[in-house]
Amino acid sequence: MSVFSVEILLIVLGLALLSAEALVPSISRRTLSSISLGGVALAFVLFLFASKSATDLPAFVEPYHQLDTLAVFYKGFALIITLLVLWLTVESAPYLAKFVPGGNFSELFSLPILVCVGMMWMASAKDLITVFVSLELVTVSFYVLVAFARKSNLAIEAGVKYLILGALSTGILVYGIAWVYGTTGALSFEGISAALAQPTAPKNAILLGAAFLLAGLGFKVAAAPFQMWVPDVYQGAPIPVTTFLSVGSKAAGFVVLTRTVMAFTAQGSLIAGEIQSLLIVGGALTVLLGSLPAIFQTSVKRLLAYSSISHAGYLLLALGCSGTSRFDLGSGGVVAFYLATYLPMTVLGFLVLAVLRVNGGGEDIKDFKCLAKRSPLLALAMTLALASLAGLPLTAGFMGKLFVFLGLVDHAYWGALVCAVIGAAAGFYYYFRTILAMYSNDAQNTEPLRLNLGSKIIAIVLSVVIVVLGVYPKPLQQLLNQTQTVSAH
Amino acid sequence: MSILEIVILLPLFAALAIWLGAPARATSVGSALINLLILLGLIFQFKSASSGKSGFAYESARVVLENPAISFGVAADGVALILALLTCLVLFAAVWQIATDKPSIYHIASLLIAGGALGAFLSTDVFFIYAFHELALIPTFLMIGLYGHGEDSHRKAVAWKTTVYLGVGSLILLAGLAWVVLEYSGGGKLTFDLNALRAQAASSPLPVEKQASIFFVLLLGFGTLVSLFPLHSWAAPAYATAPTPVAMLHAGVLKKFGLYGLIRIALPLLPEGAQVEWVQQALLFMLLGNILIMGFVTIAQRSLDQVLGNSSVMHMGYIFLGIAAANEIALQGAVILMFAHGVSIALLFALAGRLRNQLGTLELSKLGGLASHAPVFAVLFAFGAFASIGLPGLANFAGELLVFLGAFGSDGSPTMGRIQWTVIFALWGVVMSAVYMLRAYRSIFQGTANSGLFMNDPSFSQRVPLFLLAAALLIVGCCPWLLLDLLKSLSVVKVAAM
Repeated sequence: MSVFSVEILLIVLGLALLSAEALVPSISRRTLSSISLGGVALAFVLFLFASKSATDLPAFVEPYHQLDTLAVFYKGFALIITLLVLWLTVESAPYLAKFVPGGNFSELFSLPILVCVGMMWMASAKDLITVFVSLELVTVSFYVLVAFARKSNLAIEAGVKYLILGALSTGILVYGIAWVYGTTGALSFEGISAALAQPTAPKNAILLGAAFLLAGLGFKVAAAPFQMWVPDVYQGAPIPVTTFLSVGSKAAGFVVLTRTVMAFTAQGSLIAGEIQSLLIVGGALTVLLGSLPAIFQTSVKRLLAYSSISHAGYLLLALGCSGTSRFDLGSGGVVAFYLATYLPMTVLGFLVLAVLRVNGGGEDIKDFKCLAKRSPLLALAMTLALASLAGLPLTAGFMGKLFVFLGLVDHAYWGALVCAVIGAAAGFYYYFRTILAMYSNDAQNTEPLRLNLGSKIIAIVLSVVIVVLGVYPKPLQQLLNQTQTVSAH
Repeated sequence: MSILEIVILLPLFAALAIWLGAPARATSVGSALINLLILLGLIFQFKSASSGKSGFAYESARVVLENPAISFGVAADGVALILALLTCLVLFAAVWQIATDKPSIYHIASLLIAGGALGAFLSTDVFFIYAFHELALIPTFLMIGLYGHGEDSHRKAVAWKTTVYLGVGSLILLAGLAWVVLEYSGGGKLTFDLNALRAQAASSPLPVEKQASIFFVLLLGFGTLVSLFPLHSWAAPAYATAPTPVAMLHAGVLKKFGLYGLIRIALPLLPEGAQVEWVQQALLFMLLGNILIMGFVTIAQRSLDQVLGNSSVMHMGYIFLGIAAANEIALQGAVILMFAHGVSIALLFALAGRLRNQLGTLELSKLGGLASHAPVFAVLFAFGAFASIGLPGLANFAGELLVFLGAFGSDGSPTMGRIQWTVIFALWGVVMSAVYMLRAYRSIFQGTANSGLFMNDPSFSQRVPLFLLAAALLIVGCCPWLLLDLLKSLSVVKVAAM
């Protein structure tokens, strides 16, 4: 069984679950969730075997599809985050049911699978058409998911905002693709980088197309100045969907960005310098616009939204440090590494939020008061997650930031380095504020939190991953190192 | 697993065990005692273990990352062993004196701070030296913010101020360390390994002006963590507000990290940068600010916790003097003084904590005549106070004397240079210490007791940690060669003195 057939299997599963409620009206939420979770878990196991042995592709997708280690890494990433999101959906179903008319959950268990397939295809895309199609599969599914809690006004607001801005960004993206095609005559990444190496290529027109293309992708990954939608949408969407947006959608956006930027800045490219400065300036701006407003937030969900923006900024900075590098990971590798560290800490944060919601709490910092008494395990896990988000050493987050900072120093981007340091310092404040609340003792509600076994295990596993990546990152780096050597050919 | 890894990880695992429900007091005191015994054993073995190995012993390393080369490497030389001994000693005393009615987070925070300090002192990789130090950031922040003394708003403010200072200081430090690593990594590969960096620094040193700039950045970063004037203003309120075990460990042990970093990283890698005139001048002015300005500030304090907090800032000046002189005698003195100051300030904070618990106030004007009710307590306090002044026979004297002698003769010229003048000014600091410490002693223990503020002597079991600290002061004071022997073959000192 090859990796490609796992994707086919998943899309069949997703479509079957989508129509299940129409065909079998009596199907229970429990059955739906077990099929969905079980199916994705099975797909993950099959994928692990397939990615080791069968990396050959059927001939008819060969022109559009590639299976380098970067693609395999992001495919695995997509499967893991989809599994976690489905688990979070099961976990938060009791509180979500209040906001969903009729308690129909089938989309919430089937659409994430389609998103997952979209992300997996995107990771393999060799040309801009495949990128566009798979990106739309992801985005259109998210339109439904974001507005899923229809009885809540915040969700409606989030859905409308995401729909309008998403459609706009798609338009911009297509416009950019059209310009790039018109000026370079190529849609595949290989063709584009070959065309850019010609000294006679129309530089300004290509730059215009590239700028539109990057702007369209910037919307998807929440890069400044296209980050305004993030806090409202993240706040209004159900917690599992927010998690998915924050980790999955971001990773999908960045795999495309990585491939695009690699094509734009390949050896001898006309526009390499401009693209790099665009990324560095945009990244520095994103870090500041993410971390400074976060200082004033009182809702942890919004706080995590702003934190997600500032992390997008660090990722852009990492991407901008392409070219010569003094350590083994190239810029694409650093981005992948950073995303791998970003996954456990963000998911943990949202898991704790979901548990609090299910136990009748809110999403504000004051709802975190006394968490250390109510559930020592969750408090410890959340402390690790927040310390990692803040970038304290011995956690995964520090490793990711260290690579970014070293890259910036190595390329002598001093202005961006100052912005990154300011962002990190502000991060100390807003993450520590939540930590302080968790351990304070002056809350009214001090009854122990109910926490089921699955969530307990996930919290422990994710905490361990955070610490292990923070003190022993070698295996992950080696995995990504192959990425570099393979994709360089 | 090497013995030093066990020493580092034991407190951290003990903290985890307490979080998971192990009996707090037994676990923390037990692990601290085991660590103390291991450390004493290591010190006795040090001479034979380190023979012919350039001053380091008990080395081991685990590769964590290939490129940038980062490895969890541990090794101990005399400096590291003395500071690790200090850590275990103070940790033992600090967790022993935690009252049984305190929540277990007191023990967890103490163990985390001490584990971080041990990791920082015993690692040989710049990455882990930095990383372990940061481990103390969250426990300190939480303990001051939640369990500190005073009003809720006051202790929150102090907690934030401390965290901002320490956080920004560490970011500056990180920038400086990254700069060192990028400049000294030869062959296109980045390495964080201190030995590799040192070899590179010895074979192809950087230009002097660049060394000076990097040294200055490191001085600012490390200096903020040690409360070097004028970056000191977080320290006194933090120590006055922090719960007793945190104050003991932070003022006694963790603050020494910055000084240790200068001796371990900055001086060997940038020996010429440290001697450049503008860096020297800046350092001498700043350390005189610590000694003289903070001396006057301490004299003006009216409450015991403020006196102790400020005096601990002031005494850092002497250690910086030893680092500024950077010759063998002065550096040996600086290390002895780090140990001595750590023990004496921990003893004084432990006693002050007891005083506050029993009487509810530390205002000097409200106290008095306690010696007649609590003679043992008074004697113990006298030990700490006299050590702090620098009375011969107690550990601080040995350190201060070596620092002064070493600094005075540091440039080998018979004329009076800047450093000689600095020594002469610094000597007045001893007089100021005498003024505020003796006055504090008089107003607490002599005269007549005020309006029913009495206290008892500590019970036998409560005396154990206090006597242990006092004994350490006396032993090192009378037999300083016990520690000086360990510092004989200091590779740090040799490189720095070149």
